[in-house]
Amino acid sequence: MSELFYNAAPNATRLAAPVPAPREYPASKPARVYLFGTCVVDVFFPHAGLDAIRLLEREGIAVDYPQGQSCCGQPAYTSGYSDQARTVAAAQLELFKQPWPVVVPSGSCAGMFREHYPALFQEDPARLAQAQALAARTYELAEFLLHVCQVELRDQGSPIKVALHTSCSARREMNTHLHGRALLAQLAQVERVDHSHESECCGFGGTFSVRMPDISGAMVEDKTRNLIDSGADEVITADCGCLMNINGALEKQRQPLRGQHLASFLWQRTGGGQ
Amino acid sequence: MNSQTRIPALEIPTTFRERAHTALGDNQLRGNFRTAMDSLMTKRALAFADADEREELRVLGNAIRARALSKLPELLETLERNLTRQGIQVHWAETTEQANEIVLGIVAKHEARQVIKGKSMVSEEMEMNDVLAAKGIECLEADMGEFIVQLDHEKPSHIIMPAIHKNAGQVASLFENKLGVEYTRDVDELIQIGRRVLRQKFFEADIGVSGVNFAIAETGTLLLVENEGNGRMVTSVPPVHIAVTGIEKVVENLRDVVPLLSLLTRSALGIPITTYVNMISSPRKAHELDGPREVHLVLLDNGRSQAFADSELRQTLNCIRCGACMNHCPVYTRVGGHTYGQVYPGPIGKIITPHMVGLAAVPDHPSASSLCGACGEVCPVKIPIPALLRRLREENVKPPSDTPLLRGQGSKYSRKERLAWNAWARLNSSPTLYRAFLKMATRLRKLTPANIGPWTQNHSAPQPAPRSLHELAAEHLAKGKTTP
Repeated sequence: MSELFYNAAPNATRLAAPVPAPREYPASKPARVYLFGTCVVDVFFPHAGLDAIRLLEREGIAVDYPQGQSCCGQPAYTSGYSDQARTVAAAQLELFKQPWPVVVPSGSCAGMFREHYPALFQEDPARLAQAQALAARTYELAEFLLHVCQVELRDQGSPIKVALHTSCSARREMNTHLHGRALLAQLAQVERVDHSHESECCGFGGTFSVRMPDISGAMVEDKTRNLIDSGADEVITADCGCLMNINGALEKQRQPLRGQHLASFLWQRTGGGQ
Repeated sequence: MNSQTRIPALEIPTTFRERAHTALGDNQLRGNFRTAMDSLMTKRALAFADADEREELRVLGNAIRARALSKLPELLETLERNLTRQGIQVHWAETTEQANEIVLGIVAKHEARQVIKGKSMVSEEMEMNDVLAAKGIECLEADMGEFIVQLDHEKPSHIIMPAIHKNAGQVASLFENKLGVEYTRDVDELIQIGRRVLRQKFFEADIGVSGVNFAIAETGTLLLVENEGNGRMVTSVPPVHIAVTGIEKVVENLRDVVPLLSLLTRSALGIPITTYVNMISSPRKAHELDGPREVHLVLLDNGRSQAFADSELRQTLNCIRCGACMNHCPVYTRVGGHTYGQVYPGPIGKIITPHMVGLAAVPDHPSASSLCGACGEVCPVKIPIPALLRRLREENVKPPSDTPLLRGQGSKYSRKERLAWNAWARLNSSPTLYRAFLKMATRLRKLTPANIGPWTQNHSAPQPAPRSLHELAAEHLAKGKTTP
């Protein structure tokens, strides 16, 4: 019987990926960055992207928004269509010619650049090098504001309670929940309230939400109830996929609570638009 | 729904989606799972209070399992040699049918009429209870949870806590109806009722069956953990003991077991150690007063070698069956174990079942995940479950092949869907096309239909913004800083 097991490729046993060391951040702010807006922001929440640009500009950083950008490729990748995802990823790789940091106002798309692009181009040495270089200089927006810009936010708004929702891939790949909390904590009049099962998925999961609408619906129903029960006046998130899911469900349920992107919230609270 | 509802998981003629739909509408069931899973998550978190220690232990656990798998054929042979030398008879089964034949052969040899069984998921793979029943042999479950589901003609809904879908009231009704005892919701009393039934059966049984948690090659030891004592009873009271296990459960030596055991009990139940740790290395010896006179080990493949043959999928076999992935899974918590319709539910079930029954038999399993990553985060042996789910999705949408890598590969292949993704890729890799699409989507936003299939089942229809970020950014950056 054990001869069955000799057919396997030799030395095919994998060890788990090593635990990544804490990320090291540049000591000073760069003069320029690229913004990768993401397709969901592009179509549904463009002001979140614009507010991200404004926040960066206020830090004295010039922002370049490559007009050739589209989607990071994640929908195809997570649906099992790697070739199609690779085609789209290859097009995005061409956008960032200069060695400037790439800032992404979405943890899951930033995670796609950082974690999954190198995996997609394992068999393509030229693009693999490009993908690795991109991964090394990709930052999620909250992370970039906190650790690279080291922003000091001055809250100018009136007292408000907010709940923070973090997308699962942003939480697990980018630590966005910690960055988001740290930024909100800088705002004197903003009270961040916890909600029950905060770390649990909102049920979006990209194509999961339309492939498995019953299960996804049960998840977002629980998520919205927990957000409402938290007593928050507003929901803040750094991921527009989740935002589309949560806001769409709240609207369908005719609930007054809404969420908005962290970038817009930070911009408004700190005197933007006045 | 109430306790009368039977969900014989393996015979249900419906699809995963239909079962999920039914389960989601069952508030009792959802409440039972949510309460139980919340409690298990809390217990695990408390048991791993030191995150650094936990992560070091997980890295070690992963390395031990990977090392064992890297020399699996050799370790299996060492195990067989040592067990045989110590008087344990080793049998190999490629399929569950072969495994059942081996068990039936032992039953026939001893003219056994009654079998009593400790908790064993491999025996569930074999459907041993049914196979024995068909031959007129009673096979009674001795684990309390398994006893309960067997009494209700159900299948386990969790690999560690088979009756977790039932609350005390449901068990009380079941015992009242099936055992003719007085209705009581007192959990201790319910357990005593069950134990009284089982106690008698331990002495009557001709054969005891158990699973194995770790098969230790170097010393030829079968290690079995449990909390109720039934494992010790089934492996020591009846005159014959048959252990059944998967071929991947072998580890190199006893030292390897220490961290794995700690990971197992803390991840599963949040406990530092189980009440019983049984280590079986031989039948009763001449000078000994108790223990079975004959011990058999059945090593079952049942598709594991398919996972083994692929370097990525091989990681599936790291599993030590703690159940933490299902305890933390937002999908499992909501749909419950029976919805999966297979022996192994939850995240681990989704990645191991395709090797056992073929992808075509579980076509929706890989997709029934938001890929949130909770399972991979808690897995004590660091199986990258979300990555393996993604991989299975990929295998599932490939065109069917005459020489498939995986049985049932391509079961979700759709030419139409592939063409749609090709079109999507063309759109998103051509800036000109993409910008034209943006113009259309934003300019025609008012035409967004109110009903967009499954999305509007749970959401109001999304409407594109009047102008895209492409436009807003271009305008903003051209002007320099502007007022909005």
